[in-house]
Amino acid sequence: MSSSAPTNVVAGAARLLDYWAIVYRRTWKGSAISSFVNPLFYVLAMGVLLGDYVEGDPAKLEGATSYLMFIAPGLLAAQSMQTVFGEVTYPVMGMVKWHKTYFGMTASPLSVREVILGHLGFVMFRVGLTCGVFVLVMAPFGVFATVWGAVLAFLVQFLVGLAFATPLYGLSAGLKDESPFALVFRLGMMPLFLFSGAFFPIDNLDPWLATFAKATPLWHGVDLTRMLTLDTVDVSTALVHIAYLVVLAVLGWFWAVRRLTKRMVG
Amino acid sequence: MILAQGLRKSFGEFEAVKGIDVDVRRGEAFGFLGPNGAGKSSTMRMVAAVSPVSGGTLRILGMDPATDGPQIRARIGVCPQEDTLDLELTVRDNLFVYGRYFGLPRKEVRERVDELLEFVQLTEKAGSMVEDLSGGMKRRLTIARSLINRPEVLLLDEPTTGLDPQARHVVWDRLFRLKQQGVTLVLTTHYMDEAEQLCDRLVVMDNGRIVAEGSPLTLIAEHSTREVAELRFGVGEHEAIAAKVEDLADRVEVLPDRLLLYTADGEETLAKVHERGLEPVASLIRRSTLEDVFLRLTGRTLVD
Repeated sequence: MSSSAPTNVVAGAARLLDYWAIVYRRTWKGSAISSFVNPLFYVLAMGVLLGDYVEGDPAKLEGATSYLMFIAPGLLAAQSMQTVFGEVTYPVMGMVKWHKTYFGMTASPLSVREVILGHLGFVMFRVGLTCGVFVLVMAPFGVFATVWGAVLAFLVQFLVGLAFATPLYGLSAGLKDESPFALVFRLGMMPLFLFSGAFFPIDNLDPWLATFAKATPLWHGVDLTRMLTLDTVDVSTALVHIAYLVVLAVLGWFWAVRRLTKRMVG
Repeated sequence: MILAQGLRKSFGEFEAVKGIDVDVRRGEAFGFLGPNGAGKSSTMRMVAAVSPVSGGTLRILGMDPATDGPQIRARIGVCPQEDTLDLELTVRDNLFVYGRYFGLPRKEVRERVDELLEFVQLTEKAGSMVEDLSGGMKRRLTIARSLINRPEVLLLDEPTTGLDPQARHVVWDRLFRLKQQGVTLVLTTHYMDEAEQLCDRLVVMDNGRIVAEGSPLTLIAEHSTREVAELRFGVGEHEAIAAKVEDLADRVEVLPDRLLLYTADGEETLAKVHERGLEPVASLIRRSTLEDVFLRLTGRTLVD
């Protein structure tokens, strides 16, 4: 059999499977603690121990009967976001700037879009793995109202992850150096994490701030996830969340392709 | 194999390649020579089907890179100027994953990896991290990687820049073997000895244009004399003496530390210099090299 050009983008991206498998085999230990252990610590500290002081009033907790039930879906969505921030910032810059691994890839029959899709595929694998473990660990705590809710809450994490991954990829692909990443984490990820309704009902915010927070992608992810785990789905609101995340992921994809193409092809 | 007509590349206002014609034939080793910034790498990136052509036509293996980029890249090998290896992967894994990008089955890739490790003498390093390799080993690994798809054309952008003499000779030896196997080699270099060693034909590029073309021997014949007499006089005397010996050579070049007299017969010229009562402190008669041609055509001024 001789070498060939891939017949479509997905087939091209699939050729990167062995590369990413080898990378993961080499790096999984380093990411295991942040992926599996840290979320559990959060749940114990915030959900169980701190949550003990919070009154489990469904009227004040968006329908949750305990603070643990309220915070678990918030932490799940936040975990998707954090995994993506970790995977789509420095690693992307490393492959485009420091090690130039992408340049090696695009000298083969693979093209820029296939390289991006392959990398995002790996990021989604990481999201799936960390969120899957999170859901399994949380199940015995009784935070899921229904089994289907738990499965769907897990599945929507891929959408939440993609909505962050594609725009962030576009940002990383075009940056000249890594210094803006410090801002991305401190002024981007941290406030999103703290103020997007993961830890407290969003309406506790000042109305003006609440409106602002509801425009952020993490809030859409948190609220969607929470509807599913608490079994309080409002179909039209859920559809708005999904539409918002899909639009963000799609726009981000085109931006990412454009930025990386410009960077690599000139 | 490669045909370019009026090929151009511009980056915004800046024109890196200003319309070149090139025809590389099957099985030959073809060189692009030129100082830094001459447009060699820009040309190579267009030929490698990664950088779009700004003007003119380009055909690689009969295909147009604008429409058949992936098909072209499936059949060529590229050894870039900077190694784009994955430093945190082993030598073997670097080759293995690269073979997979070409759509080759795992079993076949494994066989090719073993062959190539042998070919570039890295079998013993198969399990080492690339990070720990020397510069010469990385270069050989990059060359091995560019051969994983058994390419018909191998593009090498400054294959031995930065290597020590031993490592350069190993690389040349491997490239020579590839040429014997019928692989078409296209390389850029600013080392004249490399061009003389490897290239059947070459073009000299300067400032985005081709300024000369031919085999190393014809280029020397066309653009230089058979021999060069290098004469060293006292410091500061060279300008004045040059005027006195001008008529003895085809061309006289004044350098800060010596005079170069380009002539068909160096000994005879030197005798005539002595006849005029001029006694150089030191003299050397040598054959013209590609370096003389190169400096003649592209000048001695430093370009950055």
